[in-house]
Amino acid sequence: MAESIEELVSREYKYGFTTDIETDTIPPGLNEEVVRTISRKKNEPEWLTEWRLKAYRSWLTMTEPHWPNLTYTPVDYQSISYYSAPKQAKTLESLDEVDPKLLETYEKLGISLTEQKRLSGIAVDAVFDSVSVATTFKETLKEKGIIFCSFSEAVREHPELVRQYLGSVVPPTDNFFAALNSAVFSDGSFCYIPKGVRCPMELSTYFRINASNTGQFERTLIVADEGSYVSYLEGCTAPMRDENQLHAAVVELVALEKAEIKYSTVQNWYAGDKEGKGGIFNFVTKRGKCAGAFSKISWTQVETGSAITWKYPSVILQGDDSIGEFYSVAVVNNRQDADTGTKMIHLGRNTRSTIVSKGISAGRGNNTYRGLVNIGRNAHNARNYTQCDSMLIGNRCSANTFPYIEVKNSTSSVEHEASTSKIGEDQIFYCKQRGINTENAISMIINGFAKEVFRNLPMEFAVEAQKLLGISLEGSVG
Amino acid sequence: MIEIKNLHANVNGREILKGIDLTVKAGEVHAIMGPNGSGKSTLAQVLAGHPAYQVTQGSVLLDGKDLLDMEPEERSHAGLFLAFQYPVEIPGVSNSYFLKAGLNEIRKARGEEELDSMQFLKLLKEKMKLVEMEASFANRPVNEGFSGGEKKRNEILQMAVLEPKLAILDETDSGLDIDALKIVAEGVNKLRSPKNAAIVVTHYQRLLNYIVPDFVHVLVNGRIVKSGGKELALELEANGYDTIKEELQQTA
Repeated sequence: MAESIEELVSREYKYGFTTDIETDTIPPGLNEEVVRTISRKKNEPEWLTEWRLKAYRSWLTMTEPHWPNLTYTPVDYQSISYYSAPKQAKTLESLDEVDPKLLETYEKLGISLTEQKRLSGIAVDAVFDSVSVATTFKETLKEKGIIFCSFSEAVREHPELVRQYLGSVVPPTDNFFAALNSAVFSDGSFCYIPKGVRCPMELSTYFRINASNTGQFERTLIVADEGSYVSYLEGCTAPMRDENQLHAAVVELVALEKAEIKYSTVQNWYAGDKEGKGGIFNFVTKRGKCAGAFSKISWTQVETGSAITWKYPSVILQGDDSIGEFYSVAVVNNRQDADTGTKMIHLGRNTRSTIVSKGISAGRGNNTYRGLVNIGRNAHNARNYTQCDSMLIGNRCSANTFPYIEVKNSTSSVEHEASTSKIGEDQIFYCKQRGINTENAISMIINGFAKEVFRNLPMEFAVEAQKLLGISLEGSVG
Repeated sequence: MIEIKNLHANVNGREILKGIDLTVKAGEVHAIMGPNGSGKSTLAQVLAGHPAYQVTQGSVLLDGKDLLDMEPEERSHAGLFLAFQYPVEIPGVSNSYFLKAGLNEIRKARGEEELDSMQFLKLLKEKMKLVEMEASFANRPVNEGFSGGEKKRNEILQMAVLEPKLAILDETDSGLDIDALKIVAEGVNKLRSPKNAAIVVTHYQRLLNYIVPDFVHVLVNGRIVKSGGKELALELEANGYDTIKEELQQTA
């Protein structure tokens, strides 16, 4: 399956360029002029151009971090084209032209035909169901005063909100990849929930019109005003075709007093072939700020894709009595490398955080949990509970745990539990003896292992994620 | 039901089974007894298809079909059940979910309709009564945190739900106190019928007071050295395995 997807990806890339060389693609390379051009092409206000430039200048002074436990070929930042008009990928005529192996995966995930077409880039009829769904969706949100649109639209329509919160959680100078993103970000999502409003549905990028080409430098900003609630879904369980190898997204969440944000991700980008060739490099900065008292931010992630994953969804617990949560399942197979975890920065009093990380390593995969629990001097009575479990499948994979704990007061408590286990031949044999084949046995065992995390996913997402886990690990045992 | 002929098997290159012949007919219960290390558990594992054992010679037919040619799950679908000596834990997977998955795979393989959750729960409740298990066990993770006795009872519960043609009980009595032993034995007895059969592997005669076998075989050093009726078990209990070993040495 691996080779065929790669084939598909490269095929699209080729056609994408030959059929669509528009004046709107700027040549590879990065300099101030490129940053200005991007900003100009997007008709951005002066302050945003300056903001990007500032980020670019600090990026120049930074070096790519080499502390992660990751191995990949160095990225040549001057060989990337940082702006291209929404690429018109070659549209296929029907599902018959799509790789049968890819369809098989869709089938296993139980993805509807229309959805399959959308994912494989097939031209869909004008009466595509989701268009009407999306329209009703937008109307419902509008009634509640919820803003949910593309980042570019937000810059045009709600500049005051964007200006107030952009970079307030992840400053443009935060780290190498965040600085790069800040300089050249293409598009992304913006979401604002007004005071006291409980968003009546899960917000999913899927329903956002124009979401198709957010590009490799995605920017997301979610602001939950006082007393509001929102649950946001990012990603898709189906393998996404993508022609950009480097992805450096930034996600910022702001929760004001008594607000709650629940952010769920399923990441299943192309992981490369058996040797890891061609997979996506995913360097993401995700951070939330519990700015107000009694606010809550909860990250749930299921990471199965990408060749390289560098990702630490974190929470700054600034408001007193605020709560931060991180639930993660990270799966690596073949040559995948993942260095992922979280940071819980406790600043306010009585702040609480929970970290549950489940790492699954198979093939020659390398899985690292890296987490920081930092309890500040004034964070009296802060509490943290961390549980880090690793599961190994086979003898050639690895799991690592780097938990950092820094406590600067004497009234706080920190708990850390860790375990490493192995899917044994005996466990699989036991299942087989009861009539369950190897594939289903593995899927059952790892889903049991990751159950605590799945419990935190929205229902429909959880079901798909469970299936996905089984598929990602297919062929990893005997 | 099952016909084992000249079965030889290795583990890590060492020969454990050195030519087993055994035929079990429908409706029969056979006991396999023997000293530690004689190959009793190996026989059970080989029949179930554990990948650590290599069959080097011989044949096994289950209802006329070549058992050795089947994957472990196919053997299960064909009606073979092994009650494990050391039941395996599967954290996070509930007992009922696990059993329902197994049962439905078996039903599917047999061309029967799968049970939905309601039907399955009804069946499970019935069977749990049979082995006197509390309802809460259905929702607990498979064998995790179970006591030794609970694990063994759970094996019998699984057997009751899956209704195998041939059940192999591998030292199901080990680690059980007398009350638990009675419950387990009673569960097995209730499942006895002219249509199915069982092979009971045990070190002690104790279990056979409760599960009365039709035949008893003594396994020593990878071979069945003596077969007889249920009285053979009592004889072994009285004299120990040494007498048989001595007899063997004299004839050799």
